[in-house]
Order: sequence, then C-alpha cells, then structure tokens
Amino acid sequence: MYITASIAILVTLGLVLARALMGPTVYDRIAAINMFGTKIVLLIAVFSFLSGQQDLLDIALVYALINFIGVVAVLRLVAYGDFHSSGEENKK
Amino acid sequence: MIDIVIDITLLTFLAITAVAIVRITNLFAIIMLFGIFSFLSATMFVVMDAVDVAFTEAAVGAGISTVLMLATIALTKDQNEKQSVGRISWLPLAVVTLTGTALVYGTLDIPAFGDPEAPAQKHVAPYYIERSVPETGVPNIVTAVLASYRGFDTLGEVFVIFTAGIAVLLLIGDKRRKSTPGRNEGGENDA
Repeated sequence: MYITASIAILVTLGLVLARALMGPTVYDRIAAINMFGTKIVLLIAVFSFLSGQQDLLDIALVYALINFIGVVAVLRLVAYGDFHSSGEENKK
Repeated sequence: MIDIVIDITLLTFLAITAVAIVRITNLFAIIMLFGIFSFLSATMFVVMDAVDVAFTEAAVGAGISTVLMLATIALTKDQNEKQSVGRISWLPLAVVTLTGTALVYGTLDIPAFGDPEAPAQKHVAPYYIERSVPETGVPNIVTAVLASYRGFDTLGEVFVIFTAGIAVLLLIGDKRRKSTPGRNEGGENDA
C-alpha cells in the first residue's frame, strides 16, 4: 500500500513539475511550488512508514512550515512589490 | 526496491529542473524552480538517511535563500535575465565536460554507499558510536559531535552566521526608515 502511495505521489510530482516549467503566469508557478512542497511532505511521510523510521515525520512537519513561510514571502512580493510596505501605502 | 525507484525519479526531476533553470530567462520563475530544486535534493538526502543535512538544505535552500533572492529581485526591479548572443562558446563547454569526466572517473574509487569498510567509517566514527552517550549524555550522535565534541567550532559558525545575518539586514532592511514622515526631507536624493 505504501509503495503504491509513493508511486502515485511521484507521478503527481511529475505533473506539478510540468506545470512549474510551463506555467504561463506567475500564479501558476506559485501554486506549483506550494503543491510541490506539499507533495514532498507527503512523500517523506509515506517514506517514513515505508522504511520504518518514524522520526522522519518531524522532518516532514518542518518542511511543511518552511513551505508555508516561503509561499507567504512569495505572495507578499507579488502583491506589494517589496517586503517592507504593509500594503496600505500601496493602495492609495 | 522502492528506494531505487524514488531515487531515480527524484534524480530525473533534479536534472529536468536544472536544465529548465538554465533555459528560462524569467528570474521569478527561476527562483521558484530553485525552491523546487532545494526541496528535491533535500528529499534525496532524507531517502539516503542524511536527515540533518536534509534539514539544513530545506531550511537554507528552500526557505531562507528563496526569500533572500526574492528580496533582491524586489530591490532591483528587473525580472528578466539579459539575453546573451546566440553564439555557442566551445571552450567553457569543453572545460565543464572535462571536469565532469574527471569527477565521474574519481567516483569509481569511492567505496560503495554505506560500506562498513570505508575509511570514513573506520576513523573516529567507532569512537563516537561507543563513547558519545556515556561521555556527553546526548542521545543523538550527530548532535553530540556538533554540540559537545566540536562545541567551539559550532560556536564560531554561529558567530559567522550571526554576522552575515546582520550584514544582510543592514543591506536590505533599510527601506522603512527612509519613508518615515518628517525624516526624509532631501534624504531621498542621497539614495
């Protein structure tokens, strides 16, 4: 079961990678990298059960956090143009 | 068996991503692909049981450096790479091919992955495996080496990273002060 799950995740990774490579707009690529991070978290979780190393689940949690922070930073950049403005100044 | 499948698939994705990074000229897309590249290599480290290296790669490669490169793009306001002229320069290609061939030739003498007879496993590793828990009381051997046996070394690294962090903050974190009302009369021209 774990083997099937990991192969399915690998196929999904391939599809997401294709979207990240082709992605006509910026938002396609942002969605792709967010999805990629999520799939990597899933892959590590499945792999930890597959190989019997349950402590890899902690690593998967850390990856989820890093992915979240990275996507928030990317979205701030796209929305406001830099990391300093809080947003209100640019709306005027 | 499934380890090999995962390894090969991840390596293929790594190669595809690397080629795409070279070919694409939109810098924003390149940074996104760099993030994917870091996640892929970190996952390969996890599959190869180097969990601490994978942790560092994910935090530094996918986390911090993505944010820093995005901040750099935000400062430079230029999202496209300069297109070089279409002529292929053969000398760099030859140098890279030669170096790559030499490196691949060099790997032929490296002991197999996880070989217990490898020199790296014979040197100080048995000492750490036998003595680290009674000597330091730290259950994880890597943590014992980093924080206890090489404690001063780690302290020095922390100083270096702290200094670099301050320098980066000084370089990119100065904008908010300039836009404070009452302080920027004439100050904008200096920038």
